[in-house]
Amino acid sequence: MGNVVIDVMLKPEILDPQGQAVNGALPRLGFGQFTDVRQGKRFVLSVDGEVTDEVLAAAREAAERLLSNPVIEDVISVRAQQDAEVTAK
Amino acid sequence: MKIGVVTFPGSLDDRDAARAVRAVGAEPVSLWHGDADLRGVDAVILPGGFSYGDYLRCGAIARFAPVMGEIIDRAKGGLPVLGVCNGFQILTESHLLPGALIRNDHRKFNCIDTRLRVENAQTAWTSDYATGQEITIVLKNGEGGFVADQRTLDELEGEGRVVFRYVVPEGGRNPNGSYRDIAGIANERGNVVGLMPHPEHCVEEGYGPSTDGLGFFTSVLKQVVSA
Repeated sequence: MGNVVIDVMLKPEILDPQGQAVNGALPRLGFGQFTDVRQGKRFVLSVDGEVTDEVLAAAREAAERLLSNPVIEDVISVRAQQDAEVTAK
Repeated sequence: MKIGVVTFPGSLDDRDAARAVRAVGAEPVSLWHGDADLRGVDAVILPGGFSYGDYLRCGAIARFAPVMGEIIDRAKGGLPVLGVCNGFQILTESHLLPGALIRNDHRKFNCIDTRLRVENAQTAWTSDYATGQEITIVLKNGEGGFVADQRTLDELEGEGRVVFRYVVPEGGRNPNGSYRDIAGIANERGNVVGLMPHPEHCVEEGYGPSTDGLGFFTSVLKQVVSA
């Protein structure tokens, strides 16, 4: 089984209220050194067999059409990942 | 005169939308998200709610429902389409309207009466209002902040496609962090309108702050009759 990992982030200029909420909580736990938090999304798409170039191309298209909204988000990366990498710590 | 109201999994306001259609003497027609069939309707309402649980992004999954393929095609041909709240989110995800709706800047859910200024009284859904008129209808959303890049915002304003703005008191802020206080917008042709506040909840005395929402539905009636 192969996996494709897709990372999506809000564009830098778009307000991230969830990230701000996390940023507000960090100092309460004693983490005073972090000045900002941005929260993104990771998708892991699985296929039977190898992650071929065709699979990666399809994943890129899915990332642009469904998994992200180009008005507010950027697709940061679309990459193949080994099975062990997903399950390992 | 038939006005379709789409029900997606998680739609909440489809019944109120149908009731508002009935209130102005038109016939509401239920449209099912899974059927690529508009059943001969003259206009379509995408109601509020939480289609697909707001998973992924609000409206992102509903946008690919079979019924939406038909609505997108017909909207491009001039079919009047109104998107309220989640319906507005679906219209932006469908790229029938520009921009996007993101989480309210203050991170709280709104459930309030809100005052709007009508900026464009020439769309299919606002012709019974006057430009500059102020109306009060209800607003209830967690992700109602309208955002777009500066160029898009300038285009919307330059082309008169900002249809509603929140009336913000001096020194105050709008209810959800929307850029330029934008509450609702239209496409170039003016047949597709989306807004976050809910006109369909404000069509009957005793159920909300006003009956100011009626104008949406009387407007589209005239539009269809004259078309």
